[in-house]
Amino acid sequence: MVQEIVHPLSKYLRSAMIPHIWCSGCGNGVVLNCFVHALDELQKDLDKLVVVSGIGCIGRTAGYTNADSFHTTHGRAIPFATGVKLANPELEVVVISGDGDLFAIGGNHFIHAARRNIGIKVICANNFNYGMTGGQQGPTTPLESLTTTTPYGNIEHPFNLVHLAAASGATYVARWTTLHVRRLTQSIKRMLEKEGFCFIEVVSPCPEIFGRNNKMRTGLEMMDWFKRASVIENFSDPSKAEINSERIVVGEFVNIKRVSYEKFFHEKLAQINEKTVEW
Amino acid sequence: MIKKGTLPAGAHFLSGDIACAEGAIAGGCRFFAGYPITPATEIAEHLSQRMPEFGGIYIQMEDEIASMAAVIGASYAGLKAMTATSGPGFSLMQENIGLAAMTETPCVIVDIMRGGPSTGQPTLPGQQDVMQAKWGSHGDYAIIALSPSSVQEMFSLTIEAFNLSETYRVPTLLMGDEIVAHMWEKVVIPPASEIRIVNRKKPKVSPSRYSPFMPDDDLVPSMACFGEGYRFHATGLTHDEHGYPRTQSSEVQSRLVRRLCEKISTNEDKIIKVEGVMLEDADVAVVAYGIVARAALSAVKKARETGIKAGLLRLITLWPFPERIVAKVAKEAKAIVVPEMNCGQMVREVERAAKTTPVAFLSKLGEDPHTPKEIFELIRRNV
Repeated sequence: MVQEIVHPLSKYLRSAMIPHIWCSGCGNGVVLNCFVHALDELQKDLDKLVVVSGIGCIGRTAGYTNADSFHTTHGRAIPFATGVKLANPELEVVVISGDGDLFAIGGNHFIHAARRNIGIKVICANNFNYGMTGGQQGPTTPLESLTTTTPYGNIEHPFNLVHLAAASGATYVARWTTLHVRRLTQSIKRMLEKEGFCFIEVVSPCPEIFGRNNKMRTGLEMMDWFKRASVIENFSDPSKAEINSERIVVGEFVNIKRVSYEKFFHEKLAQINEKTVEW
Repeated sequence: MIKKGTLPAGAHFLSGDIACAEGAIAGGCRFFAGYPITPATEIAEHLSQRMPEFGGIYIQMEDEIASMAAVIGASYAGLKAMTATSGPGFSLMQENIGLAAMTETPCVIVDIMRGGPSTGQPTLPGQQDVMQAKWGSHGDYAIIALSPSSVQEMFSLTIEAFNLSETYRVPTLLMGDEIVAHMWEKVVIPPASEIRIVNRKKPKVSPSRYSPFMPDDDLVPSMACFGEGYRFHATGLTHDEHGYPRTQSSEVQSRLVRRLCEKISTNEDKIIKVEGVMLEDADVAVVAYGIVARAALSAVKKARETGIKAGLLRLITLWPFPERIVAKVAKEAKAIVVPEMNCGQMVREVERAAKTTPVAFLSKLGEDPHTPKEIFELIRRNV
C-alpha cells in the first residue's frame, strides 16, 4: 500500500493555490517557510490568524497561507489590517508585503500605524526593486544600482527601513536576510508574542529581476553577497544599520514595551462606560 | 454626564451631519474611520464621542485612502463600518471603493458634496459628484447611491444605506450636500423596535464547503468573517467562487464582473426608491434630488396654483438609476425639467430614459441652490 506523503507544514498552506508564482532563486519562499515554521512552533490557532498583503510578488503570500487572508490594493495592506485589528483585537493580524508596496505607495500608512502602535505585525520582503512589474527602481534600491528605470545608475538615496520603523515608534524592529533562516524564524516568533506594532525586514534575493542587472544572476550569487556582507549587530543604532555591497547590518534593533492603540482604546472604553448614564 | 444608548424616540433638533451619525449608530454601525474634511467633519466629531458609548470604534486615519481601507478591513472582521468625506476625499477613496465592490464588502461611504473640482468651495453645496459615485473607480462594477433631501433623511437613509449594503454585499453611498449636512431641522426618531435592521447573510455550510464568492439565487454570496473558522481568501484580483485569483480566464472575469453588476440591476425593483408628487396628470415633470428637490416642490406647488399641471419626481435612489420610472413619467408628460447643482450630470440619465420627451436643464453652481422661483420659471417656459 502506498502511503501518501504529506509535508509536515502542509496544514499551514492553502494547497489549492500552490504551485506558487515565484521565480527560481527568489527569497519569498524562505519568508513563507520561516513564517509557517514560527506559526507551528508557537502552535498558533489558524482560525484566529489573518494574513494581509498588498500588491507585488510577496503579496501572494496571503493567498498561500491557510488562514483568513486578504490581498488588498497596492500599498493599503496596513490600513486594511488596522481596520481588522481594531474591529476584532483577538485576531492575530500579520501583514506580509514588499518594499515598494509598504514604503513607496504605502509609506504614509506604515509610519502612522507605527506611531499609533496598532498591534499588527509587519514582515517586509525587501528585494530592492519592483519585481512583479519587471524591475523598476524603488524606495530601497541602493545608490548606483541598475534597474529598468535607472539605466544610468540609481541616484535616489534609499530608505533605511529599520531606522524608519524605529523612529516611527515600532515596539519591535529586526532585519535578517533569507540566509538567516533560523534567526528569522525565532525573530518572527518573538514578534508574534509582542504587543503593539512590530516590524521585520527580510533582505531577499531577486536574481531574475534585480540580480541580473547587478551582476548577480543567480540566487546563489545573491546569497553569497548576503553571506559575505551580513554582520549581526543586535541592538545597535538603527540609524547605522546600513545595507550596501560591503555591509548588511542585521539583528534585532528594537524590543520595547509601549501600550498598543487597541489596549489604550479598550481602557478608554471602560472609563467612558463608567461615566455614561441612561437617557 | 454622557447619555448612553441610541437617541430616544421622538422629535429632536439636529444638524444633517449629526443625524447621519446617529442614523449610523441606529443602523448598527460600530466602526468609523475617517479624515477631517469640510463639510463632513461633524459626522466624525459626533461619532468620536458616540461610538465609544456603544463599544464601537472611531479612528481618524492618516488620509481618506487609509480610511476606506480600514472600513473594508473592519467589515471583513465583522463590524458594520462607515466613512464620511467630501469631494477631495471621495476622489482619494475611489480605488478602494473599487476594492470593496470587487470583494463584495458591505460598507457605507457618506459623501457630503461641496463645490468642485479640486478644493473648490469647501463650505458651499454642490451635486457634482453624482457621476463619480457611479463611475469613480476603474472597471465595471455596481454600487448603490442614495440622495437625502432633509435632515430627517440624513438619519433614515443612513440606516437604509447600511441595510442595502448588508443585503447586497455592496458599498453603498449616501450622497448628501453641504446644505442637508449643515442645516438644522426637526428629526423624528422612531422607537428602536420600529427601525428595520438587516444583517449580512451568514454561510449555512461548514468551513470545508464554504466558497466565499459562491452566489445564492439572488446573486449575493453569504459572508463569513475573519476569525469565524472559515479560513477564506479574498482578493482584488479577478477571482473564482473560492476567492482564488484567476487572472488569465476570460470566463471567470466575465462571470464575476457581470454578476457584480447584475446583483444590483436584477434587484433594482427592491432597491429603488423615489417620491412622486402630483405626477398623475402632470404636463411638466420636474426630476430633482437632494436639496434641489425641496425648491422644486415649492415650484411645482406654485405652478399648480397658477394652473400649470406640474409634478415632481424626487430621486431618492440615484444609482441604480430609476430608468423605468423616469421613462414612465416622461411618457405621460409633455416635458421634463431637471435642475441640478452641476453642469449637467443626472440630466444625461434622464434624457436617456425620456427618449422623445423633451428635457430642459437648469444648471446652478456656487453658493445658492435653485430658488423655487427659478424652477417655476423653468416649468412655465416648458409647458
